[in-house]
Amino acid sequence: MHKPFAVEAIALTKHVISNEARLTILQDLNLAVAYGEQVAIVGRSGSGKSTLLGLLAGLDSPTSGKVLIDGSELSSLDEDGRAEVRGREMGFVFQSFQLLPSLTALENVMLPLQLAERDDARELAIAALERVGLSQRLSHYPRQLSGGEQQRVAIARAFAPGPAILFADEPTGNLDAVTGKQIVDLLFELNEAAGTTLILVTHDNTLAARCQRCLLLSDGRLVEQNAAGAGA
Amino acid sequence: MMALSLAWRQFVSQWSSGDLRVLFLALVLAVTATTAVGFFTDRVENALNRQGGMLLGADLMVSSAKPLPDAYWQEAHRRGLATTQTMEFPSMVVRGDLSQLAEIKAIDTGFPLRGELIVSDQAQFAGVSAGAHAATDIPPAGSVWLEHRLAALLEAGVGDEVMVGERSMRVDAILEREASRGGDMFSFAPRLMMNVADVPSTGLIQYGSRVRYQFLVAGEAQQIASYADWAKANAARGERVQDVSAARPEIRSALEKAAQFLGLSAMVSVILAMVAMLLASLPYVQRSLDAYALMRCFGASRSLIMRILLWQTFIIGLLGSMAGALLGYLAQAGLSGLAGSLFLESLPPPGWWPVLTGLLMGLSTMTAVAWPHLSRLANVPALRILRRELGGLDRHGWKAHLPAMTVIAGMIYWHAGSLKLGSATILAFLALLLVIAILAWLGQRALHRLPEGRGAMWKLGIAGLKRRSGMALAQVTGFSLGLMALILLALVRGDLLGNWQASLPPDAPNRFIINIQPHQIADVEAFFAEVGIADASVFPMVRGRLVAVNEVPLDTSKYVDERARRLAEREFNLSWAEHMQSDNRILEGRWWTPEDHGRPQLSLEQDLAETLGLKMRDWLTYDVAGTQIKVEVTSIRKVEWDTMRANFFAIVPPGLLEEFPASYITSFHLPLGHDQALNALVREFSNLTVIDVAALMEQVRGIMVRMTHAVEYVFGFSLLAGMAVLYAALVATREERIRETTLLRVLGASRRQVTIASLAEFACIGLLAGMVATLAASALAWYVSSSVLNIPYSFNLPLALAALVGASLLVPLAAWIGMRGYINQPPRQLLQSV
Repeated sequence: MHKPFAVEAIALTKHVISNEARLTILQDLNLAVAYGEQVAIVGRSGSGKSTLLGLLAGLDSPTSGKVLIDGSELSSLDEDGRAEVRGREMGFVFQSFQLLPSLTALENVMLPLQLAERDDARELAIAALERVGLSQRLSHYPRQLSGGEQQRVAIARAFAPGPAILFADEPTGNLDAVTGKQIVDLLFELNEAAGTTLILVTHDNTLAARCQRCLLLSDGRLVEQNAAGAGA
Repeated sequence: MMALSLAWRQFVSQWSSGDLRVLFLALVLAVTATTAVGFFTDRVENALNRQGGMLLGADLMVSSAKPLPDAYWQEAHRRGLATTQTMEFPSMVVRGDLSQLAEIKAIDTGFPLRGELIVSDQAQFAGVSAGAHAATDIPPAGSVWLEHRLAALLEAGVGDEVMVGERSMRVDAILEREASRGGDMFSFAPRLMMNVADVPSTGLIQYGSRVRYQFLVAGEAQQIASYADWAKANAARGERVQDVSAARPEIRSALEKAAQFLGLSAMVSVILAMVAMLLASLPYVQRSLDAYALMRCFGASRSLIMRILLWQTFIIGLLGSMAGALLGYLAQAGLSGLAGSLFLESLPPPGWWPVLTGLLMGLSTMTAVAWPHLSRLANVPALRILRRELGGLDRHGWKAHLPAMTVIAGMIYWHAGSLKLGSATILAFLALLLVIAILAWLGQRALHRLPEGRGAMWKLGIAGLKRRSGMALAQVTGFSLGLMALILLALVRGDLLGNWQASLPPDAPNRFIINIQPHQIADVEAFFAEVGIADASVFPMVRGRLVAVNEVPLDTSKYVDERARRLAEREFNLSWAEHMQSDNRILEGRWWTPEDHGRPQLSLEQDLAETLGLKMRDWLTYDVAGTQIKVEVTSIRKVEWDTMRANFFAIVPPGLLEEFPASYITSFHLPLGHDQALNALVREFSNLTVIDVAALMEQVRGIMVRMTHAVEYVFGFSLLAGMAVLYAALVATREERIRETTLLRVLGASRRQVTIASLAEFACIGLLAGMVATLAASALAWYVSSSVLNIPYSFNLPLALAALVGASLLVPLAAWIGMRGYINQPPRQLLQSV
């Protein structure tokens, strides 16, 4: 019996009702991502990239079809069950950083570790912040950090619990080109070091090109693209 | 424990980021107001009971016209209570050719069990005696203590002999002050105090003598309460069990009015603080949504989030309540300082009860405010991380606010202390919400008619009301409530205190003369002229016993209420008058016209009518000196007893009772330094009895002045709470405003334009709130004045206008102060901070 995929989507369909009309966002979408694989999902604005990411991460439920994480069906679980899988298996990096403004950098990184009831939350968080080069910024609040630094904190927070899968939603979308590149370098460096499965949503073809595989979301379906070609 | 630690972390970080402060401070304010007033009224109540104890000379008194059975002694001793006995009876006291009717009190060892008797060793006919001290014992056998006035009338000093009945007794001391001269002031003849062992030798107690035998008990409150239950259950007819609550009704009434007003002020503070909390909870919850969505994203279960939220609510509630209780304790010290020596002794120390009620109130208030948000926060979808529009606040779910409404209602009833006042306030509250909703709806309709597009910046500001219609409604509600409470307090406070103090002006009567015979009226009036008293009236009194109601003979035993039975058994002082006195008010029926003179009509005092179950159109039969007369109740009157004027339970028109033997009564203000003239009058007509109520009035007046300060002090809490509402409402929309302002600035709007837009919006809110608040407060003040506090009400136009103008100016001013910080920043800086 071969090893299950880290993430697998089977016949995934998502409709939404907008102004009493039914909109199809995803239609019979299939996807399989192996452990340790880096996959970029690209597409135009409004093509449903974030919806797909939300479904794969169990943040949302599909209209039909299913999502499997490590071979177990995620979409059949209730919200609390999905939350538990997220806490155990997944890490997140968002375009808008999503740091809690009322927590310091250290407290932000500690949050998922505390939710997972890790006794060594503090040590792990400090180590993660050191890895992203922010050991001098532990007690700073998000408003005291630059955009790049905030995203570093978010990356430290994503990697600190050692997730099997990392979901990244436009991680450089709010950053300038130079900072964006530094962040991407850091993201890939940590990802490769940890052997984490990476699913990255972006409309930046250069970023997508750094992934092993690139998928184009168009008309609710995924089309395999040559990664190198996508980057061209 | 993780939930607690996360909740604590959230609390600390939200506190340091300022998200929580308004909510927290409003809670502290609510608890401070409640506990401060709670502490204070608790202490006043305790002091009042002690004072009552001093007035009785004990904690409980059993009295009767016949000697009391030994069972009272035995039961009291069995329960380990302290006891003593006294006898009171009127008798002439003679010295040489001077004689005077005195109220004799024969006391036994141990009297008084509560309070003290102040005596001095030399007779002083005027001024304050030197060398006054607390008596350590009762008068020795064979000696008496004379009250000042009696000593003056008899021209007796310490060492002189006076005749009491058949016995000659030595004046041992002058009785300077006797706290136990409370109660029925018409029993006031000057006091002579003697040893109970000497009573038989005076030969004064014979069959038919008017003696009151009194058995006094003191002990722990609970023991007394249980002894009182036993005594009431075993009291034979004619035996009266009296506890401290019955003592000194005029002082108790003055304090109760003040306590009710203090309660009302505290209640307003609490309602306002809750409104502030509800408003302040909105931005706090808005920010928390992101935090909890993120936690959901990172794997937190719904139940964990709920536990965190509950802990957090508990932490805020507990810390806020503790801080409030502590501040309340400090604040009540200020209150007590203002109230000062309301009583003969200082206030007793505060108890723990107000702390407990304060904590309970704080926690329940916090829970009630947080409740509507709890399930929303716990159920926030993790997807909100990607789609921010999800899981936002629903401001229309009024059912979710039911717990808050219930707590507010409970709080209102609790503080109002009466079902009537509480219900009135709640009704007013609901009416106010309705009025606000209607006005806001009308306002929005009007706004929709304003042209959009081109136009001045103020239109843009008013359009802001349209965009934020939900929040604008909340703000108008918040401002209106705050303003309404402040206007109401200003209106009622002025009316209440004004009327209260006016009821006892500096020239209020301080002396009564009773038992004036018809042929002495001219002499009494001559005395008034001599001393310069212009406004004293002399009222006739005819004694009559109520014997039948609507032809049915009166059976006093059918009255379950002891007071009713006593009233029915005693003789009434019937009076007649052409005009009603100014401190009387007709509640039902009408006062007579000249045509009614000589007709069998009767005007009854409201309390008496209620107690005896008498009503309009009843025919009452009185036995007056052996003749039965029948009169019909044609009006029911309310009498302000605390004006200290002579007043009557039952009055008939002129031309009905003149043929019967009458005595006359008058009350007047005796100016300082005319005591000798009064004494001369009394010496000339020894049957006249003068009652001196000056000391009592001074005490009541002192209480009024001090309680006025106390009320103003508590009024300060309401003011603070009103400001908290204002501030919370501003903070609630601050972020959205910053975002909008930034956008406008980026699009090229000048600071001036942005300021005008915002000021226009707030001026609208202020004007609307001012209108609603003035209308509602005036209606409520009318109701509270006329129906609850029983004082006349008149619409206060200047105050209403001031409130209206003040609200339309102050609200935008406060908003401008709050906005200055971000309006003056360059747009780039703002963009970074958004």
